[in-house]
Amino acid sequence: MSEIATIAAEKNITDMSTILNVNPLESEAIYIFREVVAQFERPVLLFSGGKDSITLVRLAQKAFYPGKIPFPLLHVDTGHNFPETIEFRDRLAKELGVELIVRNVQDAIDAGKVVEETGRYASRNSLQTTTLLDALEEFKFDAAIGGARRDEEKARAKERIFSVRDDFGQWDEKNQRPELFDHLNGKIDLGQNVRVFPISNWTELDVWSYIEQEDIEIPSIYFAHKRKTFVRDGMIWSAEDDVVFRDEDEVVEERMVRFRTVGDMSCTAAVLSDAISINKVVEEIRDSTISERGARIDDKRSEAAMEKRKQQGYF
Amino acid sequence: MEVLKIATAGSVDDGKSTLIGRILYDTKSLTTDKLEAIETRSKQNGFDYLDFSLATDGLVAEREQGITIDVAHIYFSTQKKSYIIADTPGHIEYTRNMVTGASTSQASIVLVDARNGVIEQTYRHFFINNLLRVKDVIVAVNKMDLVDFSEEKFNAIKSEFEALIAKSNYKEQNVTFIPVSALKGDNVVNGSENTPWYNGQTLLEHLEELNAQDLYEASQARFPIQTVIRPKKDEFHDFRGYAGKLYGGELSVGDAVTVLPSMTTSKVKEIYFFDKKFETAGRGSSCTITLEDNINASRGDMLVKSSEKPRVDKQLTAKICWMDTRELQVGANYLLQNGSNRILSKIKNITGTIAPDFSGDNTDANTLKLNEIGEVAIQLSKPLAFDSYSKNKAVGAFILIDPNTNNTAGVGFIE
Repeated sequence: MSEIATIAAEKNITDMSTILNVNPLESEAIYIFREVVAQFERPVLLFSGGKDSITLVRLAQKAFYPGKIPFPLLHVDTGHNFPETIEFRDRLAKELGVELIVRNVQDAIDAGKVVEETGRYASRNSLQTTTLLDALEEFKFDAAIGGARRDEEKARAKERIFSVRDDFGQWDEKNQRPELFDHLNGKIDLGQNVRVFPISNWTELDVWSYIEQEDIEIPSIYFAHKRKTFVRDGMIWSAEDDVVFRDEDEVVEERMVRFRTVGDMSCTAAVLSDAISINKVVEEIRDSTISERGARIDDKRSEAAMEKRKQQGYF
Repeated sequence: MEVLKIATAGSVDDGKSTLIGRILYDTKSLTTDKLEAIETRSKQNGFDYLDFSLATDGLVAEREQGITIDVAHIYFSTQKKSYIIADTPGHIEYTRNMVTGASTSQASIVLVDARNGVIEQTYRHFFINNLLRVKDVIVAVNKMDLVDFSEEKFNAIKSEFEALIAKSNYKEQNVTFIPVSALKGDNVVNGSENTPWYNGQTLLEHLEELNAQDLYEASQARFPIQTVIRPKKDEFHDFRGYAGKLYGGELSVGDAVTVLPSMTTSKVKEIYFFDKKFETAGRGSSCTITLEDNINASRGDMLVKSSEKPRVDKQLTAKICWMDTRELQVGANYLLQNGSNRILSKIKNITGTIAPDFSGDNTDANTLKLNEIGEVAIQLSKPLAFDSYSKNKAVGAFILIDPNTNNTAGVGFIE
């Protein structure tokens, strides 16, 4: 018998709704959010408009209700984001009454701080790091909350919940602070900052199940829709908006697809799908034999692709 | 869904990563792309079998050296529950990582190589599970295929281990022995035809039957306040909510409560979880509590039932596992962090170091080096509300932060 059921039996309570039924992952995430606000002076939530950061926003709402979310949202816009995501982002920030800060990768390119990649695999994904670090410095943010999960990728599996970065935003993966029980150590020196990952222990399926259970609105590209696409290396790429480099012999076809992640368009492939509703998506994820980041070309560059980017300050 | 956190400890030589890989493979948790990557890599490395350790060793340095350096977290689920495995390295220099992994786990797998039997490292793994009071320990006697699935060999290891258990003072710990071959899959997820003499459960069957809630010690309600929520909206003009996570027990509306260390008393008025009110908060819930009286309580204070007060003291003794290369020194100051409470503290003395293999204590120590465990007396600059670790794991443990480096330098278990 579950603990809740035991308590109910002992107290002779028949109405289960009077007992707070605990979702351990949700409870952990809320705990982390509250620690961030208590331990840091200027936290910020890194918001991409993707399902993980949308889930973070809901958890933050829960952590501070009936108060407002006590920190701004920061979006590092590669300029190659799906328009549906951007529209969604702006609307959500407005509804929440939370400040939305947008910093553009294009500005760093124009200023000559970073150089855009060329060729058929060109992507702005790794260029985000410079813009992110600049924004953290500009606003003196000491904690950046992100939606990364340990199940996504094997370098992320080693990540702490409070992950300290040096003045250059670098991750020292071999020398991380031990994290014990719920005692999160956010003590840092001036100039350092901490990346915080409240949904570290969630899996992709946990996130989707939560979105379903909480009835959270997400951008339309997560659901199956008709899109002009072409196939390369066995992956399906969006042929709309001309962001993804396409050879002339790569044939554009309309397909029924959806996206499992909404990263930069240039590195996020679609999957064939007819999941037009949230419960169909959850079903699809449950039966899926391909990992979420299997459709992310940025991870396929080499076995240590993520670890290298993280060392440089990518989150 | 129920979540069960498990720690594993052992070196690659014990086949720990292979065991985890086997569990993932046989529960069909490895996705096609990950499996393909493992197949390709295994072939490149010249193996004629799948090297599952490639699924868990996430850092370049780990793959280069073929060892696990840091705690990795691995996720899989069955129809019954979700599992989180904290996979930790087993070498002596990584004792701190083992402690870290075990600190959040409700069950633990200790690997023994059937050819080598109980070795020093096994002592240490079991000792740490013992020290941290991990309630369910599974001793997986691995590589049974290399000893012809010998029952005698298995029983010899079991009795060696039972001699260790006899020295333990944590009698409630449940220890189970399972003969496995991680490489071949015997008794991991599926049963084995090679061990007709073994009638017990497979490793996964055992895990499936564990009830995560039962693995917590029964304990009293402890609610450390993380932050105070004051929305200052018209609708919630006088709202003053204490946000925190409830460790142990339960709290209900109307309960008489005491705020520690100030000893102010009041009654629970409302329990909020997001925009809904509840009659009772269960163990582990991150809720927001309002009180009948407008009292002074803030971060670092602890809310408890007035009938179930913990100790409140400026002195405590604890077993400490040291995690920093800068040694723990008698007379040195550290920030003691217990949940949301951080108090400047001084090390008064070290009673002795404890050998992590049940071989006895050394009473002659003045420092604690990296990975050493010792019994330490601490003086706090302010009173702390706490339980002993054996009564409540969450509020009975703390970390020590070195104010010079900000590092988490040690972890303590209050006596």
